[in-house]
Amino acid sequence: MLLIPCPWCGLRDEVEFKYGGEAHNNRPLVPDVHDDTAWAAYLFMKKNPKGLHLERWVHAAGCRRWFNVARDTVSNRIDGSYKIGEKPPAIAAETEESA
Amino acid sequence: MPDRYRRQSPLAHLGLVARASEDQSAEAGVVMAECPFCAQTGLRGDGSLARFGNAVKTVLGIAPPTEPNTVTGPEDFADGARILWLGPDEWLIVGGDVDAEPSGALRLALSDRHAAVVDVSDGRAVIALSGPNARDVLAKGCPLDLHPRAFGPGRCAQTVLAKAHVILHQIDASPSYEIYVHRSFADYLWSWLEDAAGEFGVRISNSRSDRNGLLGGRVTP
Repeated sequence: MLLIPCPWCGLRDEVEFKYGGEAHNNRPLVPDVHDDTAWAAYLFMKKNPKGLHLERWVHAAGCRRWFNVARDTVSNRIDGSYKIGEKPPAIAAETEESA
Repeated sequence: MPDRYRRQSPLAHLGLVARASEDQSAEAGVVMAECPFCAQTGLRGDGSLARFGNAVKTVLGIAPPTEPNTVTGPEDFADGARILWLGPDEWLIVGGDVDAEPSGALRLALSDRHAAVVDVSDGRAVIALSGPNARDVLAKGCPLDLHPRAFGPGRCAQTVLAKAHVILHQIDASPSYEIYVHRSFADYLWSWLEDAAGEFGVRISNSRSDRNGLLGGRVTP
């Protein structure tokens, strides 16, 4: 069971949350200029890393806000969380570059 | 909002008023009561804007809390409205009498702003839970840290209780709580609470509603 830090509500139990997949995978703003390959890359090609993963969660049974979490997919260790639209914390970014 | 004569509290079928008047054991670890017909108003808006908070304060006398999971307003909602934090741009206003619910005046005050005011009075049932073992009962079905250092009087939280989505508000340190649960879950949650509290001894009370000067659990046509 994970304790997930909601940016608003603080540490809460995993049962209050829903997982939302990889973060920073934004839908193209001008969809017409995308060909099938680019659409497939957006829709299906996920990073699926072994290690640090930036992912979306929603505090479904709490404040119902979406936010991002930096989680290690091997150890389940959570390095932190940040609001939608914010840049990932510096620690997370450095680890991702070195990985 | 339904006409007053047709209004029925979500737990009216349990006959709680009659049960409360029965002779009950005084040594109960948990006291349970329904708080029927309290006005509830959903409020949305940009809480970071001072003029939004000021507009609400002009109508209600209190500003919406900006700190997450806190409540502003009096301890007893008969003394006036109080506001529960539900999200960075979302609040629940709990007033005294359902007929005095403030959505009209509030909507007028916020009419020139990007805001929403919705009367949700009959959407949720309110269950009051108090007594020395109240925290133990909640801890059986709630993942929230209920220890006084983490969750004390004046705090509220949306969480799950026995798998039902609830808003939990701690009123005082005795401890006493108020649980807001969706109307269709009220019967289930009441039964679960009564069962969970069984080992500590349960007393059904009308005191919460009596103190608020509200109607009893049932409205006679």
